[in-house]
Amino acid sequence: MNVGRPQLIARMALLGLMTVIVQVSAVSQVQVFGVNADLLPLVIAAAGLLAGSVPGAVLGFCTGLFLDLALVQTVGLSSLLYVTVGYWAGRLRELRDPQGAVLPIAVGAAATAVAIIGFSLMQFLLGVDAPVSVLLVREILATIALNALIAAPVHALVRRWLMPALPEDPRRRRRRAYTTGGLSPLSRA
Amino acid sequence: MYDKTVRRRRAVLGLLLASSLILLTLYFGESAGGGLHSVQRGVLQVVSPIQEGASRALKPFRDLFGWVGDTLDAKGQVKNLRAERDQLRAQAIAGVAATRENQKLKALMRLEDSAGLTAANPVRARVIGQDPSLWFTQIEINKGTDDGLREGQPVVTGEGLIGRVSSAASGTAIVTLISDHTTNVGARVNESSGITGVVQVEAGRPDDLVLSYTKRSDVVTPGQTIVTSGTMSRSDRLSSPFPPDIPIGRVTRVDEPGTDNQLPHVQPFADLRRLEFVDVLTKQINGNRPKGTP
Repeated sequence: MNVGRPQLIARMALLGLMTVIVQVSAVSQVQVFGVNADLLPLVIAAAGLLAGSVPGAVLGFCTGLFLDLALVQTVGLSSLLYVTVGYWAGRLRELRDPQGAVLPIAVGAAATAVAIIGFSLMQFLLGVDAPVSVLLVREILATIALNALIAAPVHALVRRWLMPALPEDPRRRRRRAYTTGGLSPLSRA
Repeated sequence: MYDKTVRRRRAVLGLLLASSLILLTLYFGESAGGGLHSVQRGVLQVVSPIQEGASRALKPFRDLFGWVGDTLDAKGQVKNLRAERDQLRAQAIAGVAATRENQKLKALMRLEDSAGLTAANPVRARVIGQDPSLWFTQIEINKGTDDGLREGQPVVTGEGLIGRVSSAASGTAIVTLISDHTTNVGARVNESSGITGVVQVEAGRPDDLVLSYTKRSDVVTPGQTIVTSGTMSRSDRLSSPFPPDIPIGRVTRVDEPGTDNQLPHVQPFADLRRLEFVDVLTKQINGNRPKGTP
């Protein structure tokens, strides 16, 4: 068990709690281009990307459950979707360890798409017997675009918040190795 | 070691997914008084003071973004509003004459004066939370059963009807908006008392309401206003939760007019995405029947 684990759990719990409160109390009531931003998939995906698949999935489950309970929605629906988002983002980091400035934007847009389209599909499956309309598709696309715009700053904030508790950061580890006289992978070869 | 990590990761994922599905199944299987619903009410009660504080604290942030959005929207709305202003001015002039005539008739016929909504004992509440999903079907308000709120009570703003209370705890309540697919509102065309129907959300279009169940012979035209019909039945079992004559919206277009499938589309008067204060009508008058009905 890592020494930083309790601190990571505490920071992630606070992150999930604050995200739901800010989303419900403020962000959901602000319209930009006719839609609302949705911080939850961005924050959960960013946490998964930084902390790994298991912390990402657990954060997704707990945040989704809290959202469903706080808004008197169908319990389990948001948890199911956000578990998928958090786990997927974490696996992306574990398998590929992708780098690049556009990564948070791409991951944020994909996470939003999974969450919104999944939520809409589940809504239809659970009783809204309706065809998908052009308006709905337009709103989904607009929300994904808006979330993609704010994904980078949200990722930076999540990173800043979780950084002290993260066991290791691949990029930081590599940078430290070069700057402190360690051999680069090329020179090793 | 690697196998152990993989097994643990898969086990955690499986556990979380299974928990979500079990919760989903249990929630659908239980009644409104079941365990999960009770937990929801408990959480609502605990979280609502925090949300109310956050809502107040974050108001400047909302206002700032609202101001930017309003400025962008305003330009496009000027033309439409000018046309509407001219139309309303003409209606207002006609309305003054009609009001005078109405007052004379009332005096002549010794009818009781209109009770209005103040008689329905409205309780003013602040919106402290809103559903973050695209379906925007619920809001949370800072008044609850301690203030006289009960499930099913209608909720209005200055513009008109917005929904009804779907869940209430002691200091907070959830309002399901008229844009929710479960909400059906008995309604009529204000300009023609004989045309009635049910206002519902159009399938797959959460911000477009429709007036369903109109007859082939009902002539509905764009621009007409839709108001609640109240209770039409003499039986109390079929009473409407909404008082009569509350404005709902304006007809924007009619699909397949003059047929059995005609479908008037209704644009709500209230902006359901930007609600700050609402009134909950806590008292039912005459079973929500229109005035003059026994």
